[in-house]
Amino acid sequence: MSLITAKHLEKTYPGDIPVKAIRGIDFTIEPASFVSFVGPSGSGKSTLLNMLGCLDPPTGGHLTVSGQDVSALRGRAAAEFRGRHIGFIFQDFNLIPVLSVFENIEYPLQMVQTWPQDERRQRVETMLAAVGMADQGHKYPHQISGGQKQRVAVARALVTRAELILADEPTANLDRVTALHIISLMKAMRDEFGTTFIFSTHDPKIVSSAETIFTIEDGRLAVGDIDGGSHA
Amino acid sequence: MRNTIKIAARNLRRYRRRTLLTSSLITLGVVAVLLFISVSGSFKSMMIAQITDSMLGHLQIHQKGYLASIDTLPLNRNMKEGQVKKVTEILEEHPAIAAYSPRIRLGAMFSNYTETTNIRLNAVIPEREMETVPLLRERVIDGGGEGLVRQGEILVPELIAKGMNVKVGDGIVLVATNDDGSVNGQPFTVGGIVEGVTGPGGRDGYIHLDDARTLLRLEEKEISEIAVRIKDLDKLDSTYAAINDTLAPMINQAGKPAFEAHTWESLSPFFNIAKMIDLMTMSIKVMLVAIVLVSIMNVMIMAVYERINEIGTIAAMGTVPTRILALFLTEGFLLGILGAAIGIVVSLAAIAVLRAAELTFNFGQQQGLVLIPFIKTGDVISIALIVIGIAVLGSLQPAWKAARMDPITALRHV
Repeated sequence: MSLITAKHLEKTYPGDIPVKAIRGIDFTIEPASFVSFVGPSGSGKSTLLNMLGCLDPPTGGHLTVSGQDVSALRGRAAAEFRGRHIGFIFQDFNLIPVLSVFENIEYPLQMVQTWPQDERRQRVETMLAAVGMADQGHKYPHQISGGQKQRVAVARALVTRAELILADEPTANLDRVTALHIISLMKAMRDEFGTTFIFSTHDPKIVSSAETIFTIEDGRLAVGDIDGGSHA
Repeated sequence: MRNTIKIAARNLRRYRRRTLLTSSLITLGVVAVLLFISVSGSFKSMMIAQITDSMLGHLQIHQKGYLASIDTLPLNRNMKEGQVKKVTEILEEHPAIAAYSPRIRLGAMFSNYTETTNIRLNAVIPEREMETVPLLRERVIDGGGEGLVRQGEILVPELIAKGMNVKVGDGIVLVATNDDGSVNGQPFTVGGIVEGVTGPGGRDGYIHLDDARTLLRLEEKEISEIAVRIKDLDKLDSTYAAINDTLAPMINQAGKPAFEAHTWESLSPFFNIAKMIDLMTMSIKVMLVAIVLVSIMNVMIMAVYERINEIGTIAAMGTVPTRILALFLTEGFLLGILGAAIGIVVSLAAIAVLRAAELTFNFGQQQGLVLIPFIKTGDVISIALIVIGIAVLGSLQPAWKAARMDPITALRHV
């Protein structure tokens, strides 16, 4: 079964002149895919990513994630769904500054889901080791580098064993070497945990490493995938 | 919940200067209120004590209608012997009553054989009177001796003593109109000079109850009023209500209520001052509420505004709105606790210093009364609860705004 199925997906922003950001697109994404949405600024990639992340509901069509129609999810229900199934990686890392590296990774297990303390610790330690930060757990975000922050963000997104990770320009604020490390880390995580990674990016490094590429132009899918997904 | 408190506390520490300023403001408000309550409470208690313990008593019981015509001290409205017996039985049985003192109140002519003036007299049983109004003894500034006033003696009010130039040991004559309209005179020796208490009583002298009976030629053991002292002044209202309820069904021969009871509050104009103190305390509490509300709202609005991106992040990760609300409410709650705790500690220290300083003040003719500020545990707890409650309330709107924030808009915020 596909992890994501979009049918005639539309997003129109109301206003004096309504803006059609997504114009009825169809695609599917299989589990454990490494997918990149590419396209020029204003093409609708971020809008699409927001809809996939249940942050912004579609105004038309149907969107199924992890077997659930998420088109109608709003507010608390959408938040709960995100908490169970989706992880996020942000361009600016978005770590919580008052929490240590360990606590940042622990946050979704404690404040979004409710895991017992021992299991939380075990899982966070596993993720810290997986992203090569085993000895950095006690540090605070201001004490680590940008690449390390993004490693922590990857660990935080994966710690709940989310089926889907959405990453918006995850390497935009990293140097080339660090960006390549992060990409390979995410691929390794995909291989280890079977998580689907979807990127919205301009970064050719990510685009070239993606196994499926959807090109969006003016709210429509323009070019077919390379592998692992399909669109009509 | 622990993690919510941890994050809230760390966010307060993160903006240390702002937290310090806000909690200082709250502390200042708490200190102002607690100091005011303690000092004004002390002043109020002393004022009430001066009035009740040296003259009025906490409660007074009269025959119905006596108080309405008290200016003329009407003998025909005295309680008769049977009535007195009924009332004293009630008072004897009531556990809240510490003491009571039967009095005859009368007007008379006071003559030093060269001049005559009018005088108001309280005829009392000295032992009972001193149990009921223990500060009366301190008002006797000259003479008085053991037992306050003996038979054949009079305690002359200071005003009259000075005006009529009488001293302890002088002989005077009291002339009083009896209940039947006849006039009777009786010689007395000045046993002491009694200082006037502020308010009613400036021209009140004291004689022995038995002397009043002979002066007024009373055949019955009738009295004008019974002054009552209760054990705990905080229980004045409930004690008054209980006694009033017991007296209310008692009717006279005409089928009308026989007695009336009054607290000192309805007998003394100084109750209005006590009420004004209460009103000022309430006003300063309202000011505290305003200080806490405005400062907390201000700081929490800033906190939300500065952390919009963080709010977007945690919302995107799946933190439900109620938890985001709780995060910010907890910050306000902790700020309230911090301000209240420091404020209480500083206030208690300041009160201790004031007590040690033994500041004095004058009240009416009472000179050098020592101010002993005190604060009740209930007041401290209520102020702490008000501050913490208002802090949470002040955080509600910013927290609500944070909880309702659209994650996409928040994440885009720079």
